Amino acid sequence: MDALAWLIPAALALGGVGLLAFMWSLRSGQYDDLDGAAQRILTDDDDRPA
Amino acid sequence: MVALEAETGCPTYGGGEEGVAFDPAPFVRRDAAGRMHLELVVRGAHCGACLSRIERGVRALPGILDARMNLSTRKFAAVWEGTLAPIRITEAIAGLGYGVAPFDAAAIASDAHSENRLLMWCLGVTAFASMNVMLLSVSIWAGLGVDMDVGTRTLFYWLSALIAIPATLYGGIPFFRSALAALRQGRANMDVPISLAVLGALALSIYEASIAGEHAYFEAPVMLLFLLLIGRWLDHNLRDRARAAARNLLAIQSLPAVRLTASGAAEAVAARDIVPGDRLLVMPGDRVVADSEVIDGDSDVDCALVTGESAPVAAAPGSRLHAGVINLSRRLVVRAVARSEDSLVAQLTRLVEAGEQTRSRYVRLADKAARVYVPVVHTLAAMVFAGWLLIDGSVHTAAVNAIAVLIITCPCALGLAVPAVQVVATGRLFRNGTLVKSGDALERIAEVTHVVFDKTGTLTLGRPVLAASSVDPEMLEQAARLARISRHPLSRALAHAAGPGLVAMDARETPGEGIEAQLDGVRMRLGSASFVGAFATVPPYGKEGEALSLFFAREGGAATRFTFDDVMRADVRAVVHALEARGLRVELLSGDREAPARAVAEAAGIASWKAGLLPHEKTAHLAALKAAGARTLMIGDGLNDAPALAQAHASMAPGSAVDATQSASDLVFQGDTLWPVVEAIDVARQSRKLVVENFGFSALYNAVAIPFAALGFVTPLIAAIAMSASSLVVTLNALRLNGGRKAA
Repeated sequence: MDALAWLIPAALALGGVGLLAFMWSLRSGQYDDLDGAAQRILTDDDDRPA
Repeated sequence: MVALEAETGCPTYGGGEEGVAFDPAPFVRRDAAGRMHLELVVRGAHCGACLSRIERGVRALPGILDARMNLSTRKFAAVWEGTLAPIRITEAIAGLGYGVAPFDAAAIASDAHSENRLLMWCLGVTAFASMNVMLLSVSIWAGLGVDMDVGTRTLFYWLSALIAIPATLYGGIPFFRSALAALRQGRANMDVPISLAVLGALALSIYEASIAGEHAYFEAPVMLLFLLLIGRWLDHNLRDRARAAARNLLAIQSLPAVRLTASGAAEAVAARDIVPGDRLLVMPGDRVVADSEVIDGDSDVDCALVTGESAPVAAAPGSRLHAGVINLSRRLVVRAVARSEDSLVAQLTRLVEAGEQTRSRYVRLADKAARVYVPVVHTLAAMVFAGWLLIDGSVHTAAVNAIAVLIITCPCALGLAVPAVQVVATGRLFRNGTLVKSGDALERIAEVTHVVFDKTGTLTLGRPVLAASSVDPEMLEQAARLARISRHPLSRALAHAAGPGLVAMDARETPGEGIEAQLDGVRMRLGSASFVGAFATVPPYGKEGEALSLFFAREGGAATRFTFDDVMRADVRAVVHALEARGLRVELLSGDREAPARAVAEAAGIASWKAGLLPHEKTAHLAALKAAGARTLMIGDGLNDAPALAQAHASMAPGSAVDATQSASDLVFQGDTLWPVVEAIDVARQSRKLVVENFGFSALYNAVAIPFAALGFVTPLIAAIAMSASSLVVTLNALRLNGGRKAA
């Protein structure tokens, strides 16, 4: 049972990291143009997001 | 995602649009740092190559800080500093062969975006919460009665509560908000039982945890919200896409104009700033933005937007031009006689809006189901509560079982399956070039009993095509050299028939008459009978169809006549037959004269047809059909059809239709065939069948599950399994719609 004391916080923290990463991707506009993103990967331009 | 102007593909680069640049100066915004911002709607961009060409083309201009094309919304945003003239940007894009129009962000309030973002945040939070709460719940279920003591279990409950309480309160915001709004109006919608189930389950679980009990359902509210949010997000995206398409069209209608000042200088102004009396400069290819009168210049104008007829009309000083008319051949100076918003196009737009309002009273299938569902479930839950109170006497047992009923019956089929079916159906149609503009359009199309076609541009292609039998190849090639300099529709048809080739460099066009040029030292003319007859012999010809003829001759020679037809779409007969085979009545309503309308009706095999109808007569005919109990699917392309499209139960327009018509219709289909009409009806009927099946499945599921819940046999584990299993089944059923794709 002692393992729980650090396993549970570790699980929650990992989940939290995933949530924060999702929030960041949402906030930085990565879902604004899904069609464009699918096409941009095919071009060789040095492309920086706005 | 989609925009209305998606052509059948991306032929080389550019969608074959006329690249006409305009001065976007009135739409430029300047921010606090002195940077300029401009948003444009770009038409004809479909692929990654288009995207990088446009961005590279604009970034090459001096001072550009950022240029970004959004392929989903067809919007282009540029940021720059310095003295770059904004017209250089539109010129750069138009020069690449794309259509470009201003996007007047200030005029269009957009709250859809923030709503979408809220749903995404809620989705993220509830996804995180369901995973972690489930992790704890599974441990509890696995350890129950084996080696987990009450202390550990209670600790796990409190840990779950720590995650579930904030996640439920935040993730439920879209549902709570909508439920409150409905209750305030004195009715109950789907979100009322959802909110009750979620909050009830949460409250009960907190109570259970506090008394170290067994019946905590912390995973239920978060998982339920997660599943329902998926459905809500799908539904919202579908509507958002429809709205974006309509918004782009609205933005295009806010074209700028060039005003001449008293000193004769030209300045770009937004259409809304034009007042009667302003002198406006209209270059070839430009659209007249307000009703006006010609004061200088001779030209041909294209009135297709207003009358639906493609033959050009001559304009000279004194001619009245309606807003929406396109100048074809020469510079015109006009005086505005009405404000842009009082002009004919704006009035037609209002007529369309009126029609759409009557349609918005349509009740979606899911809402109909909700009206039955909500009272039944709530009565049941109340009866269970009362029953257990009488038998057992314990408020706790009664509450546990009543909430179990609410959780078990929570409407996943309605909340998730209907949007899932609609998303799969619209995706399938989109792959075949048909854009569905509203979520309930498919439900309405599934219900139609009558299909009503317009003639020009709908059953026919709506553009003149050179009649093949009358062509002498050598004459055609010479005539095409003259025709290639002209924007006149017949010249274009001639040039198109001849294919790419030489251009007569010294050719001069006389508006309303024809083109003259010297080829190999011989003067030649291409144009009307009188224009060509002035220096060559014109053979006698029938007056019928004169508007669809061109004459061509060398000086002193005999003239050759080119005739043009508005050809029918190739599969009209098959489509009419297929529609009748599906039990639908097909009618033709035409604004054209009786003879051509009869010819088309006979060729298409349509027995019931009417000719010579004005726009309001078409609407009246549709209203009469509606009064007789028919549900009509109207298919038309002209602006004169727009009110009828808005009035009909459901409507479709070809992608070649004018903007206002596309925005008035539910579906827009691409390409030269009419088969998408049949396909749309098939897909709509199939998806309605799937939705009904899903309702049937949830009714069956509830009929089995409710007795168990009411009798107190449902544990949190069973509730979790039942809930996710039912959601999975209805979603998989929705995906079946994709299976039939190859057969279609």
